[in-house]
Amino acid sequence: MEESRIEIKSKKKLGDILFENLTLIFALMIVGLVVFISIEMYIDSAESRERFGLGFIFSSNWDPVKEEFGALPFIFGTIVSSLLALLISLPVSIGAAVFLSEIVHKSVRTPISFLIEILAAIPSIIYGFWGIFVFAPFMRNTVQPILQSTLGFLPFFKGTMYGTGLLTAGIILAIMITPIISAITRDVLKAIPVSQREAAYALGATKWEAIKMALLNARSGILGGAVLGLGRAIGETMAVTMVIGNKAQIMASLFEPAYSMASVIANEFAEASGSLHVSSLIEVGFILFGVTFIINSLARLLIYSVTRKA
Amino acid sequence: MTEETEEIEDKEEIEISEESDKESKIAIQTIDLSVYFDERKGIENINMKVRKNRVTAIIGPSGCGKSTFLRSLNLMHDMTPKARVFGEIFIHGENITNYNSVDMRKKVGMVFQKPNPFPTMSVYDNVIAGLKLNGMTKKSILDEIVEKNLKHSGLWEEVKDRLKSPAVSLSGGQQQRLCIARTISVNPEIILMDEPTSALDPISTSKIEELIFNLKSDYTIVIVTHNMQQAARVSDQTAFFYLGNLIEFSKTRRMFTNPKEKLTEEYVTGKFG
Amino acid sequence: MTAESVLKSPKNLKRRKIMNSVMISLCIAAGFITIVPLIYIFFYTTQSGISSLNLDFFTQLPKPVGEEGGGMANAIVGSLILITIGGIIGIPVGVLSGIYISEYSKNVLSTIVKFITDILSGVPSIIIGIFAYGVIVIPMQRFSALAGGFALGILMIPTVAKITEEMLRLVPQSLREASLALGVSRWKTTLRVVLTTASSGIVTGILLAIARAAGETAPLLFTSFGNVYWQTNIDEPMAALPLQIFTYAISPFDDWHRQAWAGAFVLIFLVFIVNLLVRFVTRNKFSGNL
Ligand SMILES: Nc1ncnc2c1ncn2[C@@H]1O[C@H](COP(=O)(O)OP(=O)(O)OP(=O)(O)O)[C@@H](O)[C@H]1O
Ligand SMILES: [Mg+2]
Repeated sequence: MEESRIEIKSKKKLGDILFENLTLIFALMIVGLVVFISIEMYIDSAESRERFGLGFIFSSNWDPVKEEFGALPFIFGTIVSSLLALLISLPVSIGAAVFLSEIVHKSVRTPISFLIEILAAIPSIIYGFWGIFVFAPFMRNTVQPILQSTLGFLPFFKGTMYGTGLLTAGIILAIMITPIISAITRDVLKAIPVSQREAAYALGATKWEAIKMALLNARSGILGGAVLGLGRAIGETMAVTMVIGNKAQIMASLFEPAYSMASVIANEFAEASGSLHVSSLIEVGFILFGVTFIINSLARLLIYSVTRKA
Repeated sequence: MTEETEEIEDKEEIEISEESDKESKIAIQTIDLSVYFDERKGIENINMKVRKNRVTAIIGPSGCGKSTFLRSLNLMHDMTPKARVFGEIFIHGENITNYNSVDMRKKVGMVFQKPNPFPTMSVYDNVIAGLKLNGMTKKSILDEIVEKNLKHSGLWEEVKDRLKSPAVSLSGGQQQRLCIARTISVNPEIILMDEPTSALDPISTSKIEELIFNLKSDYTIVIVTHNMQQAARVSDQTAFFYLGNLIEFSKTRRMFTNPKEKLTEEYVTGKFG
Repeated sequence: MTAESVLKSPKNLKRRKIMNSVMISLCIAAGFITIVPLIYIFFYTTQSGISSLNLDFFTQLPKPVGEEGGGMANAIVGSLILITIGGIIGIPVGVLSGIYISEYSKNVLSTIVKFITDILSGVPSIIIGIFAYGVIVIPMQRFSALAGGFALGILMIPTVAKITEEMLRLVPQSLREASLALGVSRWKTTLRVVLTTASSGIVTGILLAIARAAGETAPLLFTSFGNVYWQTNIDEPMAALPLQIFTYAISPFDDWHRQAWAGAFVLIFLVFIVNLLVRFVTRNKFSGNL
C-alpha cells in the first residue's frame, strides 16, 4: 500500500476515550499492585537483608530470642514438602486427566469433573483440619508403620512416627494440587487435535499408545500444569501449618516434623517481638514471593505455548 | 415508483458512471476505497456511487471483499484491530470523516448475515434498543415506534401478542425482520445488509425480499448477496466484486442480460464461483 | 513419534495389548485416587459439621476457655463485613480490568495485564497478608477489619477479572456490532449490551470469588487478627469464620473442635452452593442461544 493514501480513521467520542482509559487505569492497577507488593516487601525486609545478607538463606539458626535468623529450615521444608507433593500428584493427575478425557463415558465425565472442581474449591483450612484429625492419625497408625517395616532401611522412613511431619504435609498438598494439575492436563489434551489420535488408531495403535502420543505432544502444557501445581504447593499456608509439625529443623526422615516458609510467617508474624524478627519474616515472605512469581511465570508461559496454538 | 425517478433511471441507463449524476441523488460515494488486513488486501481502489432510494446489490464469489466493502461504509472495521481503511467515503456528499462514527451510524444502519437480536431483551426492547440505549425513555413515543416499525417490517401481526417475550424465542426469519425493525427505528437514511437471508429458509427469504422492496421508497439499501436470483429480484443496480476489485457496476437488468465484462458474464451465468 | 516402527513388529502385539490394559487400569485407578480423598474430606466435614451445628452456633459469642457452648455469631458477621470490604475493592477492579482485557485487547499492554493477573492469582495469600499489613496495619498501628478486607479484596481481583474476561469473550461479536450499528457509542455498548448479556456469568464468577475469599485464613492472621467479642468497627480487629475455625481446630478442647467442624461445614456448604450455581449458569451460557 502506498503511504500517500489517506487513511480513514473514525473519530472517537469523548465518552469512549474516557471509558477505555478508565478500564485501562483499573487494569494497570493490577500491574501496579504486583509491582507495589514486590517493592514493599523488598523495603520492609531491608533490616534483615542488611544484617544477614546471603547468609540468611544458608543459616539454619532461627532464634527470635537471640535475634538470630536464618531461613534454611523453612526453605528446606517448603521445597521437600512441595516436591513430594508434586511427585505423588503428577502421575495421579495425568492418569486422572486421561481417565476423564479419554476413557470414561461422556455422561459420567461432566458430573465427575464438576465434583473435582467443587472439591478443589474447599478452603485449605479444612484440608488442614481434616489433616490433623483424620489423616495424621491414619498416617501414624497405618501408613508410617507399614513404610517403616518395609522400607525402614532407608533414611527417609526412620525415626519416631508422630503422624504429622513432612510426609503427611506432602500428601495433603498432593491431594490439594491434584485437581489443579489434572484440570490443566485435561485442557491441554483438549487442545491436541483429535485427528492425531485418529491417525494413530488408523496405524493400528492400541488405545494407550494413542493416548501416550497425545500426552507426549501435550508435554509442555502438562509440564506447565505441574509447575503451576508446584507453585500452589509452595505457597500453601494453612493446611501445611496444621500438619507439618512446625519445627525448624532439617532431617533426612520424612516422618520428622519440619517447617515451611509460609507456615513460619503464619505462626510468628502476628506475635513477632522485634523489628528484626518482623523484617526477617518479611524476607522469608519476599523469597516465597520471588519463587512463586518465577514458578508461576514459567507455568503460564508453558501453558500458553500449548493452548494458544490450538 | 414515481414518474420522476423513472426518468432519471432512464437517463442513467445510457451510462451509469457518467458524471452527469446530480450529487443530491447520490447516497454514498467511495473514492479509491481500499481495506487491508495487516498487509493483506481486502478490497482495493473501489470507486462507486450508490444512488439514493435504490437497492444496490453487491455480488461476487466468496472472499471477494463484499462484506469488507459494506463494513467500511459504516466504519465497522473499527471493531477489527488489524483492519486499515484508505480512500474517501462520502455520505450524502459529506465526507465520512466529518461525522463522528456514532452519529454517522445513526444515518447508516446495518443488518447482519445472522439474525442478532439482543438476547437479554424482549421483542419490544429490541425494536427500540437503539433509542433506549441512547437515553430515550418516553413510553408513549416508544410504544408508537415499536408498533410502527414492526408493521413496517411486516412482523406486527406475528408478534403483537408476545412483545414482552424474549427476542430469541422468535424464529430465525422473524428475528431477522426484528433486526430490520430495530435498524429502521433509529431512522437511518441508508441500510446496509450483509447477506440478510443466507441463514433463512425460502419463505422467510421471500418475506424479507418483499420487505426490502417496501423499504426502498424511504431508504437507500445496499445488500450483499450470494444469490444471483435475489440480486436480480430485489436490486436496481448491481456491483460485481472479484478478488477485492470492483469489476462491473451497472443496472441490474443490464448486468444479468448484457454484462460489459467477460468475467461478469462468466460469474452470472454460473461458469465459476 | 516412532509409532510406526513399533507397530510394524507383530511379535510385540501381545506385549502391547497387556501394556494397554495395564496403563488403562492405572489411569482408572488414578481417577479414583483423585476423587476418593476429596469426597472423603467433603463427607467427613459435612457429617461432623451437621451434627455439631445448632442455633447457638449462629447466635452466640464464643465462650471463654473452659466453658462449654457458645457460638461463632461474631465470626460470621465479621466474615460478612470482611467480604463486603473485599468486594468493594475487588469487584470493580476485577470487572473493569476484565473489560479492558476482553474489549480493548489489541496491544501488548493487555497481554501484559492478562499475564500479571494470572501471576497475581498465584501469589500465596499469606504474602497478600504481609502486604496488607505493611500498607494498612502499620500506618494505622493496629490490626483491623479494614486491613483484612483489603487483603481479601486483592485476592478476589484475579478471579473476578478472569471470569469477567471469559464471560465477555463468550458474547458474540455480532451483538457488539449490532449495537454500534444502531449508533450506540462503544462504551454504552460495552456496559449496556455486552456486560448485560454476560451479567449472569459475571455475577456467578463474583460469587465464586466471594466463596473463595470467605475461606481464606492466612491473609487474615495478622490483618483482621480475630476477636472474641462483638466488633463491627472496621478499624478494629475483627473475628472471621476461618480464623475462628483455625483457633478452635488447633486447641485442645473437644467442644471447640466440635464448633470448628460446624464452621468448616458452613464454609464447605457455601463453596458447594456457589459452585452449583456457577455450573448451572455457565452451562446455560454455552448451550444458550447466543
Ligand atoms: N477480520 C479479518 N481479518 C483478516 N482477513 C480478513 C478479515 N475479514 C476479511 N478478511 C479477508 O478479506 C477478504 C475479503 O473478505 P470478505 O469477508 O469481505 O469476503 P466476502 O466477499 O464477504 O465473502 P463471503 O461471501 O464469504 O462473505 C478475504 O480474503 C478475507 O480472508
Ligand atoms: Mg461476507
